[in-house]
Amino acid sequence: MAILTVHTAGPGLTVQDLGRPGWKAQGLSTGGAADPVALLEGAALLGVAPTDAVIEMMGYGGTFSVDEGMRFALTGAMMQADIDGDPVLHNTTHFLPAGAKLTIRSAQKGVYGYLRLAGGVATDPIMDSRATHLTAGIGARLQTGDALPVGPDPDRVRAPQKLTAADRFSGGTIRIMPGPQTDFFNAETIDRFCATPFKRSQSGNRQGIRLEHDGAQFGISGSLTHVSDLIVPGDIQIAGEGVPYILLAECQTIGGYPRIGSVIPADLPKIVQAAPGTPLRFQFITVAQADTTATSQYAQLRALTKMCQPVVRDPHDIADLLGYQLISGATPGDDLERP
Amino acid sequence: MTDSDSPPDLLPLGVDGVLVRFARHMSEDANAHALGFRDLVQDAALPGVTEVASSLVSVRVGFDPEKTNRSTITDALKLLLTQHKTTNDSPRRLWRIPAAFGTDFAPQLDEVAALAGLTPQQAVAQIEATQLRVIAIGFAPGQPYLGMLPDHWNIPRQTALTKSLPRGALITAVRQLIIWAADAPTGWRHIGQTAFRVYLPETSTPFAFEPGDMVQFQAVSDTDFRAIQTNTDTNGGATCEVLR
Repeated sequence: MAILTVHTAGPGLTVQDLGRPGWKAQGLSTGGAADPVALLEGAALLGVAPTDAVIEMMGYGGTFSVDEGMRFALTGAMMQADIDGDPVLHNTTHFLPAGAKLTIRSAQKGVYGYLRLAGGVATDPIMDSRATHLTAGIGARLQTGDALPVGPDPDRVRAPQKLTAADRFSGGTIRIMPGPQTDFFNAETIDRFCATPFKRSQSGNRQGIRLEHDGAQFGISGSLTHVSDLIVPGDIQIAGEGVPYILLAECQTIGGYPRIGSVIPADLPKIVQAAPGTPLRFQFITVAQADTTATSQYAQLRALTKMCQPVVRDPHDIADLLGYQLISGATPGDDLERP
Repeated sequence: MTDSDSPPDLLPLGVDGVLVRFARHMSEDANAHALGFRDLVQDAALPGVTEVASSLVSVRVGFDPEKTNRSTITDALKLLLTQHKTTNDSPRRLWRIPAAFGTDFAPQLDEVAALAGLTPQQAVAQIEATQLRVIAIGFAPGQPYLGMLPDHWNIPRQTALTKSLPRGALITAVRQLIIWAADAPTGWRHIGQTAFRVYLPETSTPFAFEPGDMVQFQAVSDTDFRAIQTNTDTNGGATCEVLR
């Protein structure tokens, strides 16, 4: 098995995949990549299973190498990167030769960047997933010096691809749907919530982010004694002091603070990728409108795969040119795997 | 119970979920409805349903929007509600869990006993004498909400949060007990300690409890409790008896 070595680790590196659905009844939220779209983008570019695990990087990357050359792609937050000084393009398939150093720097746009190696991080699954779930105590942040097993690249000679990713890094208007507790708030409060310009505050992590705004806080009308109830990621919870929090992948499963509405999954990556200070506004849509945006991750992957385009590269820029099969029109496809 | 006499609310919770809410306030009746209806929906195995989770007074039915839709699920749930009745099912399992209530392990027992109008000895005796149900699991993985203690245990959460509690701490508020699973702040008061782990992520059965399980605590001396803490052969000295 190949080994990925973490030579230097930024403070927010974790192994992630699509998470552990189906355990809400037992108090465990799904978790998984904060921005699942970025996971799917990487899978589309490399033509690998969306369930393979990746490295999630919050705010800052690190320096990495593999002992067995393989393709990779960087998706999600825009992070400057290079391989031994040669620049690496975002949302594009690249080849990381054995022993070369891949350096990924701080996020220029967005918060969560993703390093997807074509072989997939192959740590031992826990409850059928490799996703680190920090609030549930599953796994831990990666540290400088860590070495992780990685599977083999399933298609090392596949033509490089690129993808124009949907811009979800600058906030804007976020669509929210009503939830079971929306009517705990009076119409005036709901109108004011939608009219208020918010900013993503400094405070935030994989569990949720806090919003900040000028003006009065958002109180609920009536009794404060209602019972704790089930939560889904995207829920906007108004905490005790009237401050809104948006709950994310590692949220608690039950909570007592009332929730004014829920960010629809299609817009949740814009929340996840909003750096501190990013402007955010909220607009209610009806349940029927929200339901038309519902889609499965497999449907999203199919759409992203169609959007991939081959990279036309100047041979001068291809460091490992001789590694490619350039002459014959037909190859078994595993030339480089053979002894 | 006034509000569970009215029909339950069917409400959206996410683009892939319907919440069936039996009441806005906690009651044993609403909780029995929620747990019973969860079992009914699970057994119905509706096409496209991905998960069925219950909370204290509600059930969320998650579905795959590519395989079904909200109106189909809502209609199916309405039909199931016509078949649903509070069965007051007897529990499937009874857990017996040792707990320490001595000075080293129960920093707020005296305070809670005073709020309940009891001596600390009476408070412990009442906890031991009450068979509690797992009325919900949540907040943190595997963490049980246990209820209900007698009325005079209707103690509000404290306004200031306790920063951190040890795993296995026995905490109380609003006639309920929780065996604390997480390293997180809480407004509930710390009145005892178990060595029980509600959640063992690296095992084949990661979660100890099912909603509806019965739990009975057995007071042990601080000395005996320390021995239980160091014994890794059992999960905190707990036993689980299958009742049906």
